Amino acid sequence: MATVLGLYNYWIAIFLMMTGFYVVIAHGNLVKKIVGLNIFQVAVFILYISMGKVRGGSAPILAEGVTSYSNPLPHVLILTAIVVGVATTALGLALVIRINEAYGTVEEDDIHSQDEPE
Amino acid sequence: MLLALTVPLVAVPLVVAARRRPNLRESVTLIAATLQFGLVVSLAPQVMDGARPAVILAEPFPGLPLALALEPLGLLFALIASFLWLITSVYSIGYMRGHKEQHQTRFYAYFAIALAAVMGVAFAGNMLTLFVFYEVLTLSTYPLVTHAGTDQARRAGRVYLGLLLGTSIVFLLLAIAWTWLLAGTTDFTPGGILSGTAPAATLGLLLTLYVFGVGKAALMPFHRWLPAAMVAPTPVSALLHAVAVVKAGVFTILKVSVYLFGSGLMITLVASQWLQYVAAATILLASLVAMRQDNLKARLAYSTISQLGYVVLGALLANAAGIVGSAMHIATHAFGKITLFFCAGVILVATHKTEISQMRGLGRRMPITMMAFLIASLSIIGLPPAGGTWSKWYLAIGTLEAGQLALLAVLMISSLLNIAYLLPIPLHAFFSAPSGDNVPGGTYEAPLFSLAAIIITTLGCLVLFFYPGPLYQLASQIGR
Amino acid sequence: MQLGQHLPILQVVIPLLSAPLCLLLRNGRLAWMFTLAVSWLVLAGAVWLLLQVLAHGTVSYALGTWPAPWGIEYHLDHVSAFVLLIVSGISAVVLPFAGKSVAREIPADRVSLFYTLYLLCLTGLLGIVITGDAFNLFVFLEISALSSYALISQGRDRRALTASYHYLILGTIGATFILIGVGLLYMMTGTLNMQDLAARLPAVTDTRTVRTAFAFLVVGISLKLALFPLHLWLPNAYTYAPSVVTAFLAATATKVGVYVLLRFVFTIFGAAFAFQAMSLGPILLVLALLAIFNASTVAIFQDNLKRMLAYSSVAQIGYMVLGISFASLTGLTAGILHLFNHALMKGALFLALGAVFYQLGTVQLTQLRGLGRRMPWTMAAIVIGGLSLVGVPLTVGFISKWYLILAALESGWWPVAVLVLLGSLLAMVYIGRLVETAYFHAPPEDDREVREAPLSMLLPIWTLILANLYFGIDTSLTVGVARQAAALLLGVSP
Repeated sequence: MATVLGLYNYWIAIFLMMTGFYVVIAHGNLVKKIVGLNIFQVAVFILYISMGKVRGGSAPILAEGVTSYSNPLPHVLILTAIVVGVATTALGLALVIRINEAYGTVEEDDIHSQDEPE
Repeated sequence: MLLALTVPLVAVPLVVAARRRPNLRESVTLIAATLQFGLVVSLAPQVMDGARPAVILAEPFPGLPLALALEPLGLLFALIASFLWLITSVYSIGYMRGHKEQHQTRFYAYFAIALAAVMGVAFAGNMLTLFVFYEVLTLSTYPLVTHAGTDQARRAGRVYLGLLLGTSIVFLLLAIAWTWLLAGTTDFTPGGILSGTAPAATLGLLLTLYVFGVGKAALMPFHRWLPAAMVAPTPVSALLHAVAVVKAGVFTILKVSVYLFGSGLMITLVASQWLQYVAAATILLASLVAMRQDNLKARLAYSTISQLGYVVLGALLANAAGIVGSAMHIATHAFGKITLFFCAGVILVATHKTEISQMRGLGRRMPITMMAFLIASLSIIGLPPAGGTWSKWYLAIGTLEAGQLALLAVLMISSLLNIAYLLPIPLHAFFSAPSGDNVPGGTYEAPLFSLAAIIITTLGCLVLFFYPGPLYQLASQIGR
Repeated sequence: MQLGQHLPILQVVIPLLSAPLCLLLRNGRLAWMFTLAVSWLVLAGAVWLLLQVLAHGTVSYALGTWPAPWGIEYHLDHVSAFVLLIVSGISAVVLPFAGKSVAREIPADRVSLFYTLYLLCLTGLLGIVITGDAFNLFVFLEISALSSYALISQGRDRRALTASYHYLILGTIGATFILIGVGLLYMMTGTLNMQDLAARLPAVTDTRTVRTAFAFLVVGISLKLALFPLHLWLPNAYTYAPSVVTAFLAATATKVGVYVLLRFVFTIFGAAFAFQAMSLGPILLVLALLAIFNASTVAIFQDNLKRMLAYSSVAQIGYMVLGISFASLTGLTAGILHLFNHALMKGALFLALGAVFYQLGTVQLTQLRGLGRRMPWTMAAIVIGGLSLVGVPLTVGFISKWYLILAALESGWWPVAVLVLLGSLLAMVYIGRLVETAYFHAPPEDDREVREAPLSMLLPIWTLILANLYFGIDTSLTVGVARQAAALLLGVSP
């Protein structure tokens, strides 16, 4: 039991990951897909950051009398990854806007049927 | 040696440049062919003395170079091919102009490239080099086969390329890579490089891969490309399919037998026995099919398939007489078949006829042509006074030495079949009543250039009968 | 030399800083020439670095002089230097072609933006190859990926947008998988430096975490390199992208993907773990063979030539992965060699198709009837490139095939050798279709005056074609480096 509850951060991360993944696959609306992708990515971020926490460690800022710090490296990595994620989302949404201009819809099935006769 | 290879390649841009001046262009081809033949002849004395000159061209794989090395069999092939290129060029001038063919520049240019490739095959010092030039030969002859540009030509080209490239890529390349792994080299060495490298069953499988991988030898069931390629203009059919391309095929098999496996090993392999039966089957079946063809070129094509079977048989028998017989047959069949094709070509140009049934009584109109046809037929059948007599003789001895009486019988039956499908043509031409418009009264013989070529090759058939000495000497040196 | 010492970082910094500069150049021609200059500079650097590596062994560079493993380290060994050469070389050859091609396919006011994206993509690809830090690799991977998505969406056909979108979704999933894998590895070893990971992993490879990390990494990387069945984004992306983008990406992006696979599987995890504990060999073998046959067969039925070559690329990637799956010296040599050779082949073919598109406005097979007469040099280039794909001797394709067959026979997998050769036959069919249409059929009646492509296009195409032929005969450079790289990866002597 302790293992399951003690690893709660992993469970949350996995749950979010699967949710995001499901949204990407199952939904036909292009914007929703991007949202799903975001959830998927955020889950990974949570996984990383929660990894960095050291039990009993304080925030990773040098201070007098503190011996144990949480690991700052994952925070740095995830900052980078968040930026990447933001860029991806921006690019994805820009594409959706252009697709909407070109096709008049953002539903995957409708787009597909418009392209079919080609 | 290198020069003999590069001369035709140099000729190619010159031919293309001269495309607006047909006489100049044709002269380039003739000069190149003469030069090439001269160069090859100049190499002959060294080789007869036992020298084996070698040149390394490049080394694409470490330890596996592209190399040329001269030995008797290669010299024999090179001599025939270069001489006949010269003659065919002379013939082509008459044919292409008489038939008013299109795209003549493209024709002469690719012809030159193909001949360069043939030299490469003849001079190849190891199996990889041979393979490289073999493939170049296939590719450079494709435009020649599909020269007419019609739908039929296109489909023929597909069969041609498909069968040849297919067999060479799937079977031959595999065999070469395997040889490299087994023996550590692919150099052609007297006595072979493969004995003792693997169990007999493996080597037998390897031999089978080689024999079927050489699609140019037209062994059944990979023979369909040869009749399909008859859609090409006759000079192409003549040189390439009666002499260069198919000869490159059987040449390869002979080289593999003598220099990769070695006679000693070949005789012990059970697989070579089975393959001999395949060759025998090809000989018989092709002859039977030939008898049923009314189109002259098609009949000649199946005759070639059958005759190639002879060479392969000799190579597989791998005893002294068999090897000599095969090598001599490469030469005698070359002269014989090329004459027959030349005749077919001039008949087409002069009378626009392609079917044998239309050729009765033609002898009165085209006496020289049909006379040549008669002599060449005798060569193919193996009767005096034509050169084919000697090659078939040695092949027969080869089968006796190997104790294969069944194969001897096959050879005999096949000769009888040859008589059946070849002799009637000239006989009907001279002695039958003319059919259709073959009314005697003035000869409509072939164009002059073509006629000259025919006469030369016919003389060749006769010369090979009366003076087989040099040929025999060269052939018997193979494997030393 | 002061500058020479910093060359590894300069390879990335120069194109990176050039990108915003390019943005400021409003004029399309100026932007093109600027990009061309940068690319050639990068190529010079790559050649220099390769020579360094060949002479002195691996080159190591610590960013900001922070020592590894705490700082980010750039680590160049034979594999990296080789792929670096491929990427910068292709870029240097594609850009002269791009001048006219981009001017025609991209609206004038967006040309400088196009080149900005191109420089960013180049930065990303170069960075992936040079870096010695696993997370840094992820960052550069995303840089190149994002700019690729944007570049692909520039195609004229509106389907370029959906193709780019799908690539974005799949690519991001792949990259996130890689991120998960790297994260799990970090959890187990506490380091991100590749050399350090390689040193520390053996102690913990028996854990489920590391095995999961391996799985995530392999799947993520396979998405990026379009290994069957994760290749579904590639055909659309390559078909609808602008010609220059297709040529550049086809010849570089998937190669870099293979590089990443090699790095992770061999350097970080080690061949022993990957192939024995995780049985990667048979998995890759089967997928590679499926890629070869499935993709080649589909290619035969395509009417759009870019799509046909795209499927052909999937098949060729199968060949590369096949070589890798043997995990032998010859096999790896074959795989790495094919990186170079395929870049030459596909680069030339896609550029030639780009020239056709420039003159004809279409790449539908039926529209190419009789093109052999009207665009002789371009079609001749396509024929030679096609022969190289089939694997005819005297071309680089043959060299790759030879080593692949040798590797298969050496490992005892001779049926695989036969299958490889059968794959060549399939290639022969789809190339044959193209050759027949171009040379045997009469041109269509609505025949506008179609002339040969301009010289600025023919020169790059023929440079690549001649390289195809040259490296098919003189293989000392390519095979030599590939062999050393393979030996290094396997930890054996060449």
